[in-house]
Amino acid sequence: MHGIGVFVCHCGSNIAATVDVKKVVEMARLEPGVVHAEDYQYMCSEAGQEKIAAAIREKNLKGIVVCSCSPRMHEATFRKCAEKAGINPYMVEIANIREQCSWIHKDIAEGTEKAVILTRAAIAKVNLNTSLVPGESLVTKRALVIGGGIAGIQTALDIADAGYEVDIVEKTPSIGGKMAQLDKTFPTLDCSACILTPKMVDAAAHEKITLYTYSEIEKVSGFVGDFTVEIRKKARYVNMDKCTGCGVCMEKCPSKKALSEFNAGLNTRPAIYTPFAQAIPNVPVIDPTQCTKLKTGKCGLCERFCQAGAIDYTQQDEIVTQKYGAIVVATGFDVIKLDNYDEYAYSQSKDVITSLELERIMNAAGPTKGHLERMSDGKHPKNIVFIQCVGSRCNDSKGKPYCSKICCMYTAKHAMLIRDKYPDVNVTVFYIDVRTPGKNFDEFYRRAVEEYGVNYVKGQVGKVTPEPDGSLTVHGVDLLENKQLKVSADMVVLAAAIEPNPAVRKIATMLTASIDTNNFLTEAHPKLRPVESPTAGVFLSGVCQGPKDIPETVSQAGAAAIKVVGLLAKDKLLTNPCTAKPDELRCNGCSVCANVCPYGAISYEDKLVNDHGVRETRRVAVVNSALCQGCGACTVACPSGVMDLQGFSNRQIIAEVDAICR
Amino acid sequence: MKYSYYPGCTLRTKAKKLDDYMRASARVLGIELEEIENWQCCGGVYPLSSDEIATKLSSVRALNEAKEKGQDLVTLCSACHHVIKRVNDDMQNVEDIRTRANNYLKFDEPYKGETKVLHFLEILRDEIGFDKLKEKVVNPLTGKKIGAYYGCLLLRPSEILAFDNPENPTIIEEFIRALGAEAVIYPYRNECCGGYISLKAKDLSENMCNNIVNSADGFGAEMLITACPLCQYNVTKNSEKELPVIYFTEILAEALGVKEEVDAQ
Repeated sequence: MHGIGVFVCHCGSNIAATVDVKKVVEMARLEPGVVHAEDYQYMCSEAGQEKIAAAIREKNLKGIVVCSCSPRMHEATFRKCAEKAGINPYMVEIANIREQCSWIHKDIAEGTEKAVILTRAAIAKVNLNTSLVPGESLVTKRALVIGGGIAGIQTALDIADAGYEVDIVEKTPSIGGKMAQLDKTFPTLDCSACILTPKMVDAAAHEKITLYTYSEIEKVSGFVGDFTVEIRKKARYVNMDKCTGCGVCMEKCPSKKALSEFNAGLNTRPAIYTPFAQAIPNVPVIDPTQCTKLKTGKCGLCERFCQAGAIDYTQQDEIVTQKYGAIVVATGFDVIKLDNYDEYAYSQSKDVITSLELERIMNAAGPTKGHLERMSDGKHPKNIVFIQCVGSRCNDSKGKPYCSKICCMYTAKHAMLIRDKYPDVNVTVFYIDVRTPGKNFDEFYRRAVEEYGVNYVKGQVGKVTPEPDGSLTVHGVDLLENKQLKVSADMVVLAAAIEPNPAVRKIATMLTASIDTNNFLTEAHPKLRPVESPTAGVFLSGVCQGPKDIPETVSQAGAAAIKVVGLLAKDKLLTNPCTAKPDELRCNGCSVCANVCPYGAISYEDKLVNDHGVRETRRVAVVNSALCQGCGACTVACPSGVMDLQGFSNRQIIAEVDAICR
Repeated sequence: MKYSYYPGCTLRTKAKKLDDYMRASARVLGIELEEIENWQCCGGVYPLSSDEIATKLSSVRALNEAKEKGQDLVTLCSACHHVIKRVNDDMQNVEDIRTRANNYLKFDEPYKGETKVLHFLEILRDEIGFDKLKEKVVNPLTGKKIGAYYGCLLLRPSEILAFDNPENPTIIEEFIRALGAEAVIYPYRNECCGGYISLKAKDLSENMCNNIVNSADGFGAEMLITACPLCQYNVTKNSEKELPVIYFTEILAEALGVKEEVDAQ
């Protein structure tokens, strides 16, 4: 192809400091087909784009190569620019001479050599580029929110208020999530239930919102604008239409040994249960691992006492299939298991508890009806020690490398509430650093120290030893006084790290959404696209993306909602034209490509072909370009080399390799 | 079951009983031990200086002899076990030490950490099995309340010793229960006794040993058992309460009915 333009960006000093951009321009001019080459400080700026457009018009360019940052950053920018100037946007190639070149090299000679090679490869490829035209796909005007905690509820409410249908899928029997378990919220100390339960009611009553509680995502297929999702509604063994929520079944159930998930395992619940009194829906479920009737066939008390006749032991799991335009992940978090922290005696003493357990103890609806009591003997504690960063900011394999972000604030909250309600209790907090950025947050922490007399000790705890008299000794260090410290306590509270809900791995795999080494979902861009997954049509809300408190979660939930609304407001989406395409004349219909396709995009048809004058009907592969995601697996698998990815054809790739090796 | 066995110096002198009770018990359990020929002192302390190999050579010689016989190497003294296991880890993973030790020792074939190092307790747990040990008990220690004292050398550094959970170990408690006694759990069982600091700053060791003994006593232990001669010495000498501290092999021999024959020797 004759008429290629090359545009080399300095990116300020990002590229120009380690790559001799003038040399790259000079070398590009020597490549076959290149009729224009220039450099500029910021090619992505308006002035830079104008230079590209002007060159396209004046020199009648057919294709361009922009040597700049990663195509993930600005490929779309330069494609738009080319299109405006009158050439097909797929006649643009990016040579990434920043992330994969200038940023990783220190030596100018080496950096320049590599930039020249990458540019040469891109020129070789653009030589073989062809104009491509995106197709269109319809948008299903319905959103799915996975997870019914505050993140999911807020996202669903905001989407529904904009006028779109939303389904919330929640795996536990009620929506509400972790926030429902909290007693008070920082920094205003308003009651968590009082601000959450109205939102739960709003979500349940909203005409645009459908709740699937006690349900899990079974399968996801399709793509942005047109996902198909199978939802498993687990058998509740209670008919939701008949149940009045009177609660008699829970009172009568003789099997009361299961640990209450809602009360963090501090007390028990019946086999037929709602997690908490304000549960939505207020319809119990039967836990099949605990129910005597389901296990042995005997009992049936709940059925006998149910006035509404709602108990149904024969209920089966049900699969619901639904189409969605967008999916929001709001799967939230769990507190880490403390198996690796036996030095704090969590498994050895009932009086060593996690902060979430303390939250339930402090709650009027909790196992102690809100009275501060030791779980071992029900006695009122006189000395309480809080240990911060248990499993957070940990460099070894025991814990998590990140800061869990919420612990400093909730520990200050707990310390303050205890000192306020029980002035006779001494409270000591061991901390590494106190991290309280946020509106009214540091003021809140200082009130705990200055007004409520909480004893903050800078230093970590090495060990907690249970003593024969039932007390606990906390062996720590006071770094400011540089001395070892032994503090006697009746109760020790561990600020255990939080981690993404373990179910997120499976969900991320189904959505082909990427997760990081800590199982947090990855954003499309950490600063500029924080609520979008790199997978189109998948959005992130709440702690599944990273540790955050309630105000931040609610903000992010709203942001995710507006992104969903922006997508659902469109009637059609342009599809990526870089899809697989077989050469029908040479295809022998062997099925290898269909077997490797992860998206089910390839099928076979009997087609009449004209092979050099021989007309015959042959079985050939056909690609559904709406389903094809352009992964390229089929192009590699095809034994006859017949399958090509448009925009990344085998010839183009080989041309690039040849150019690099030249 | 035939193993190479490295007793160590203390087991020839002050801690002779630790060794004697073990040998008698091993015979009952069918564990055959072949003592390393001409073994030398392990040094007593794992040498932390990484540029000196001389202090590691005796361990390497013992390890290599076991390798040549195709046997696992069994230890009994906590300190010897600690030193030999860590030197073996160096021979597996630290190229510089491996090269220099082999250059010096000139074995027929270089030693690269092939030998498996086992503490006698690990043989009881993993090779015999505590359930099988229980069957061999003729004289169950019913009613005795015994506290396990691990000390630090058997447990740490846990990724190398790989002996048990360093913060909440269970192996000696399971051993005690297999012999029919009650295992008393107390939080100081994995704390340090002070080790050799007792020679230089006795008060420090006294402080540590009193913590251990008072806690064990408070939780109802009538005696402590240990695998370490130095722990046995410190905890006995440096604590105010007179709680007996004996070797774990003594109660093993007693339960297996061979204690008297050893004592009579």
